[in-house]
Amino acid sequence: MHRSLKKALFAAASATAAIALTSGAVAFCGFYVAKADTKLFNKASKVAIMRDNDRTVITMANDYQGDLKEFAMVIPVPVVLQEEQIHVTDNAIIDHLDAYTAPRLVEYFDGDPCTVYRKEALQMAAPTAVMEDGVAEGERDSLGVTIEAEYTVGEYDIQILSAEQSGGLAQWLVENGYKLPDGAEATLGSYIKQGTKFFVAKVNLEEQAETGLKYLRPLQIAFESPKFQLPIRLGTVNADGKQELFVFGLTRSGRIETTNYRTVKLPTGMDIPLYVKDEFGSFYKSMFDEQVEKENGRAVFMEYAWNMNWCDPCAADPLSSQELRELGVYWLDNDGAGIQPRRPGPQAQDVYVTRLHVSYDAQTFPEDLVLKETGDKSNFQGRYVLRHPYKGDTTCEAAEDYRANLPKRFEKEAQTLANLTGWNIDDIREKMNEGAQSFDPPKSEPWWKRIWGDDDSNG
Amino acid sequence: MSAVLAFGLAMRAFAITPIQVASIATAALFAQYLGSVMTATRFDPRSALVTTLSLSLLLRADGVTPLIIAALIGVGSKFMFRIHNKHIFNPANAGIVALLLLSEGPLLNAAWTTPGQWGTALWFAMLLAGAGLFVTYRAARFDVPLIFLGAFAALIFVRAIWLGDPLAIPLLRLQNGALILFAFFMISDPKTTPDGSIARAVFSVSAALIAYVLTYHFYIADGLFYALAIVCIARPFLELFDPSPRYQWGDPVSTPKLRIPEKSRRTEPAPHLYPAE
Repeated sequence: MHRSLKKALFAAASATAAIALTSGAVAFCGFYVAKADTKLFNKASKVAIMRDNDRTVITMANDYQGDLKEFAMVIPVPVVLQEEQIHVTDNAIIDHLDAYTAPRLVEYFDGDPCTVYRKEALQMAAPTAVMEDGVAEGERDSLGVTIEAEYTVGEYDIQILSAEQSGGLAQWLVENGYKLPDGAEATLGSYIKQGTKFFVAKVNLEEQAETGLKYLRPLQIAFESPKFQLPIRLGTVNADGKQELFVFGLTRSGRIETTNYRTVKLPTGMDIPLYVKDEFGSFYKSMFDEQVEKENGRAVFMEYAWNMNWCDPCAADPLSSQELRELGVYWLDNDGAGIQPRRPGPQAQDVYVTRLHVSYDAQTFPEDLVLKETGDKSNFQGRYVLRHPYKGDTTCEAAEDYRANLPKRFEKEAQTLANLTGWNIDDIREKMNEGAQSFDPPKSEPWWKRIWGDDDSNG
Repeated sequence: MSAVLAFGLAMRAFAITPIQVASIATAALFAQYLGSVMTATRFDPRSALVTTLSLSLLLRADGVTPLIIAALIGVGSKFMFRIHNKHIFNPANAGIVALLLLSEGPLLNAAWTTPGQWGTALWFAMLLAGAGLFVTYRAARFDVPLIFLGAFAALIFVRAIWLGDPLAIPLLRLQNGALILFAFFMISDPKTTPDGSIARAVFSVSAALIAYVLTYHFYIADGLFYALAIVCIARPFLELFDPSPRYQWGDPVSTPKLRIPEKSRRTEPAPHLYPAE
């Protein structure tokens, strides 16, 4: 096979990955939530967007594992970027942002029903993995394609292209070793007519070797434009099934939302059966899929929206000023740098983070995501609760009522879980029974036993 | 329309509380009452209630103060900005635009709109359109939303065809609930659209054109509302070229007909179902 045909092109939506063009498997590996070893969402891209008026910094991360020289990333950008407007950052920051905003599982332990109620909360962290896209080749040509600029930034060779017509651009890409899927040309044409430039990045193998890393680091671009959009169309052209995109908005005034698709809050705050603790990953995935289904695949889900100052409970510490600056939050002073305390008091950090999760394909999301910053600063988090019943031996009237009520409570948890995930309710009940959540009503002691129960003079 | 609001509150998790709605209503009615007293006209709550509903459906804020300000400005504008004894701005639109502009400055980020919140479910759009048609039908301005939507759709489709975009894109844009709401419940307000049918057509097409340009070329998410404010300012000039008798609440049609003296008109019973023009 001709070597150039083996090259794959990642046509990325402002970060979101892509079009896999070769027969070779282009696998995006997982996105982990709550349990580090649970791969939850494949083909997931992560994009952090700092937006303040027209100022925009986009950090693009997605997880690519494969031959570095076979990948390319094409991102429509509204303006020609200078070298200083392009930057490469560390995976760790996006991982941290991901962990901080991840949906979380929390635990409560019922207190002794006979004494004053006492609560204990735990929470589980939600780490993640990140990486990014690969690249292509480019040459000046007479196809109406102009290479506006060329830079090497970090391990990437970058070209900014402008084109006069889609045919020329498509041909240029093909001549440079890319194989375009059907439909890509029309989409490129639409972008060209809208005056869009194309940001093409490929891996510079020498530079990459020097980094000593086995993966690609997130690429960042900074620019000013009234256009507040995330291009996802190129990514849907040849996509094999749905793709997952996580958008982390970093803004000043309040959460972000999409204006051309509905932004829906994920169901949150429910009590769910205890056994879910061991399968939080699959719970979360099933629940997300179920919710996507309920919205006919057409909604953007809000998983987290919070002031960066604090969290409760924290899935990870809030990001430090330094990390936020790295992601483009230019209004923070360098001073406050350093890790924030776990539950800092209110300090005017002035950064609001929104985590949106989109599962998309060309049919359900035909148009690029158009975003908007709102003034809404109310807090929201995806949070699921395990409520452990009190296990101690205790006798009092309250304790009996408490125990008698447990099966009802468990049943409610089972129904909640079935409703959220679409799982079979009988399977859920069975698993709960196997665990510590029995539906059998406790043998109730006659009330008089409590009066004379231990008395030998009893009949 | 109250049914739509109730439905929305129940089904679509609007992020507006009953307290906020009540605050808007109180402020709007208060402004209406104050205005009536000051101008020595009869107090009629209908217009204030329509304004309340529009604001409740389209404007969002933390707390109640921004919404109250919007209602006061909206209804207040009816009494303050008048030409030829007719108010210039659509009250709900004036309230929204004023708050959006204030949110850029003194009342930083106090209020916002959520154009995407209505989603694009076609059935929902149809329901709104149906309800809207009924409202405008009775108000005898059936042509305004249709011409507006027709022109807006034409612009979007032509652009999509020129760009070579799949038709799913213009269809998605047209199914936007906020657009439908705007067309049937806001721009169609008979008091702030021109009385002559030609002027009204020009008014509707201009609003569509301006809204389109602001939204898709200047990327202004609230382009619709600014567009209406702009054409409302231009309306008195349009009317110069197409003079017609003024619309009163309850008029079935707006074609030139017998002029009834102000007073007797006011006491006329409310609308009948007649086809509009």
